[in-house]
Amino acid sequence: MSDIVNYHLTVNGMDYPVNAAQGRNLLSVIRAEVGLTGTKEGCDDCECGACMVLLDGQPVNSCSFLAVQAQGRAITTVEGLQQGDEMHPLQRNILEEGGVQCGFCTPGMLLSATALLERNPSPTEEDVRIGLSGNLCRCTGYAKIVAAVQRTAAELHP
Amino acid sequence: MSFTIATTLDEALQALATGARPVAGGSDLVVGARHGKAPLPEHLVAIDRITELQCIEVTDAGVCIGAGVNHHIIEHHPLLSNAFAGLSDGSALVGSPSTRNVGTLGGNVMNSSPAMDTGSPLMVLGAEAELRSLRGSRRVGMAELWTGPGRHSAEADELCVAIHIATPAPRSNSAYLRLEYRRSMEIAVVGAAAAVTIADDGSVSAVRVALTAVAPTIIEVTGIGLGSVAEVAAAAAAAASEQARPISDVRASDKYRRHTVGVMARRAVEAAARRALGEPVSVPVNRAIGIGAAS
Repeated sequence: MSDIVNYHLTVNGMDYPVNAAQGRNLLSVIRAEVGLTGTKEGCDDCECGACMVLLDGQPVNSCSFLAVQAQGRAITTVEGLQQGDEMHPLQRNILEEGGVQCGFCTPGMLLSATALLERNPSPTEEDVRIGLSGNLCRCTGYAKIVAAVQRTAAELHP
Repeated sequence: MSFTIATTLDEALQALATGARPVAGGSDLVVGARHGKAPLPEHLVAIDRITELQCIEVTDAGVCIGAGVNHHIIEHHPLLSNAFAGLSDGSALVGSPSTRNVGTLGGNVMNSSPAMDTGSPLMVLGAEAELRSLRGSRRVGMAELWTGPGRHSAEADELCVAIHIATPAPRSNSAYLRLEYRRSMEIAVVGAAAAVTIADDGSVSAVRVALTAVAPTIIEVTGIGLGSVAEVAAAAAAAASEQARPISDVRASDKYRRHTVGVMARRAVEAAARRALGEPVSVPVNRAIGIGAAS
């Protein structure tokens, strides 16, 4: 097909060659071509945040971003949060606080929270709620997720 | 099919001249294509890595905001959020943190939605879009630029490169509010912006009001008389409800929109006046004074 393009993506510090149609979104390329399935497809409409990844450290809905446009930029998915054998403090705290139920929103929540804490190391509860406002969770009622983010902030910046 | 990443404005203009369409954050283009609103263009040029489109230039005469400046920056920029607060109010309400990160002012303006959050603030601030092509450059006021829902008067080879706003008179400021059902990923049910100048005696000496999501484009309200802040706010509310031409859709009935846009207009005038008098009303007004405010 004439619309197949070849390019490279850098995901979690690794280089991946990609052959994919020009119009493919970043979400589908990360899942199907790169092979990392931690990034989820929820609404596929930029509403729910399940597909959140970081692009050069900033949160992006990967369902609504062209994969071909992400070449040359640093993509971080939930698989890139773990530090060696250790879970990222956000991952540990969201588990310990009970902020994971079905788990479908969790990767997106973790990435939005990562970007938030990078920008604002000591967020108020309101700051956390705004920072996570592009991520929907249908199970937890949010309180435990917010608590996990605040606990992480307190641990990292006591 | 082609996709190029432009790193200079010239490269982008060359691509547009040969039929390519620009993509910045893609949040309108990619979602629109998936919804069948418009297929993804065959030839695309990415304009998000062009430094010239990222500048915010402040002079005594006013501010020039590059079309590639994103909403997060406009929300938090110290000068914009003070002197052009209504615009920062609008940017602060766009989408979610991630949308504000990829979504640009130029993209919002050229998508030309009647529900766009930066539209009525730009209208009341008297903003002009700078359109550039290989043929030259021109500036167009917002009322001339927007011609219908998703339609504008720019030619296919013209790129919106910047938005220019003149420095407001002393004791002036602006505000934008919208009615929303959700705090994030929301489209204005209705919205209103006001720009107000306060005279030495405390009365309103100049006012402009524009409305969001109540007509095929952003519209400016005409014929608002001057007087005290309370009088002008009441007059703006009445004129807004009268001049709105809303539709009924999944988000609200025309009747509800006509009523609530008046409420938004009144609150926008009041918030702009408070700011013009030097009272700090934080960005966005929606979170500062009630709609969606933290409890």
